Amino acid sequence: MDMTVSFAGLTLDNPIMTASGTFGYGVEYMRFGDLERLGALVVKGLSLAPRRGNPMPRIAETPAGMLNAIGLQNIGAREFVEKRLPSLPWSRTPVIANLYACAAEEFGDLAAYLAEQPGVAALEVNISCPNVSEGGILFGQDPRLAARVTEAVKRRAGAKPVMVKLTPNVTDIADMARAVQDAGADALSLINTLSGMAVDARTRRPRLANVIGGLSGPAIKPVALRCVWQVCRAVSIPVIGIGGIASAEDVLEFILVGATAVQVGTANFIRPDLAFRLVDELPALCAALGVDSWDTYRGSLKA
Amino acid sequence: MFANACQDVTVRRLTRLGAGGAQGDFFELALDFPGAGDTAWARWRPGQFVMIRPESFGLDPLMGRPFSIARADEEHGVCVCFQVVGRGTAKLAALEPGDRVAMWGPLGNAFAARPGAPTLLLAGGIGIAPFLEYVKRHSSAADLRLVFGHRPPLDCYPFAEMAALAACEAHRETCPEDLHAFIALLGEVIPQYCPDGLILACGPLPFLRTVGRLAGEAGGRAQLSLENRMACGIGACLGCVTEHKEHGPLSVCARGPVFWSDEITL
Repeated sequence: MDMTVSFAGLTLDNPIMTASGTFGYGVEYMRFGDLERLGALVVKGLSLAPRRGNPMPRIAETPAGMLNAIGLQNIGAREFVEKRLPSLPWSRTPVIANLYACAAEEFGDLAAYLAEQPGVAALEVNISCPNVSEGGILFGQDPRLAARVTEAVKRRAGAKPVMVKLTPNVTDIADMARAVQDAGADALSLINTLSGMAVDARTRRPRLANVIGGLSGPAIKPVALRCVWQVCRAVSIPVIGIGGIASAEDVLEFILVGATAVQVGTANFIRPDLAFRLVDELPALCAALGVDSWDTYRGSLKA
Repeated sequence: MFANACQDVTVRRLTRLGAGGAQGDFFELALDFPGAGDTAWARWRPGQFVMIRPESFGLDPLMGRPFSIARADEEHGVCVCFQVVGRGTAKLAALEPGDRVAMWGPLGNAFAARPGAPTLLLAGGIGIAPFLEYVKRHSSAADLRLVFGHRPPLDCYPFAEMAALAACEAHRETCPEDLHAFIALLGEVIPQYCPDGLILACGPLPFLRTVGRLAGEAGGRAQLSLENRMACGIGACLGCVTEHKEHGPLSVCARGPVFWSDEITL
């Protein structure tokens, strides 16, 4: 079967991408697989200036998952473009830059800088961040703010596709999806982490210095499937499924509920070659299950 | 052919160290050596570590576990020493020969080695593991001394093997007075290696802080091997950072695990 998927002007050899924050800047994984075999690379969230991130501890293991409060530590967009991007196989495999800012204008400036780089194929906008100019409410939890960020990025992104990454920490994710679509997004990716906590009954301390963190891993897959299913029914733009994907069968499940492609996230920590293994395993599973084209399988859930 | 640094290997043996029970459960785990043809494994150095994730973890516990490499060669396999302290190590303790394990490494930097320089190795508890091979490789070339502090009985650790090769002394802590005496001993020994000797330490965080402080007070510094909680082990997740005075938060897994005590804030 032809594994190729196309969306928002991008063509991927296969539907397996890596999720931002779980794949470093790509270069960290070169010892574990040939990056050119992946459908696309989504690299660690970038801000205009480097960020130090949160105090330690930043991670805690939970049942079939993990909580993190890394705090978007990153080297900054310029350092990524000058020092990391040249090592990536961007001419063969789309490199998608994930971007993060605390104000709509800053999102626009960042989008303009990244979009003009030949090695950046598309932008993914992280709207799960506090809006400092509006009292810290998360952009991604208010349809009006999410739309404003989407417009700000879209206006400055030139011809580069813009994908907006949705948080599940909302009352109605379909509402958010529609607002972002109407604001001009070319695609959606979901879900980001679920807000969560872990505490120690003995020491009476939170397990994360930040107290609250984001839950990811196989534990959140049912929530992610539900969100992707609801969003796919609410919008017409392509949806990229994320959340707990750790096997080729998980990939098919997300495509079955309507996703065009997927991102492998926390499973990259289960073993660093996992995304590459899924690329290898997917064709055989499709053959075994009688899946012969993405167009007929996508969204074919008998519900 | 692409050389994937993550490999599926099988358990060669799991050996209990010590009597177990109330003293704690200690083991040495030996995995298949990926082969002399694997240049990364042929070149590994003491202080480096390996991520281990048995197939029996399934999806829970989720993450692999990092361990100092105690030794790694064709004869012994890749060996790590561990104490059962939680869900992950409990599952490691249940492994049997032939079980499949994902292993990625060797990872991180390594301890310095300065042939000819007086070298002091300071180990706390299971932190003795990386010094097993260090003593083997450098005992003839260097003036080596190992000071080992521990609570469970000495046979829970691979100490006897090291004592046969270099000047090794063990100090057991059974009461708070023992700890004070051990810290006092460190206070006497460390200045003898400052500023010209080489001081290497691995063990619990309070122990490393003490070593770093004492070395600094004596006008020297020490190399400390940190063991922050890790998810990926390869510098991707940024979950294990330590505060570097010049470079800010650095991944312990990728930029360490060994750091100079005067360059970080513990």
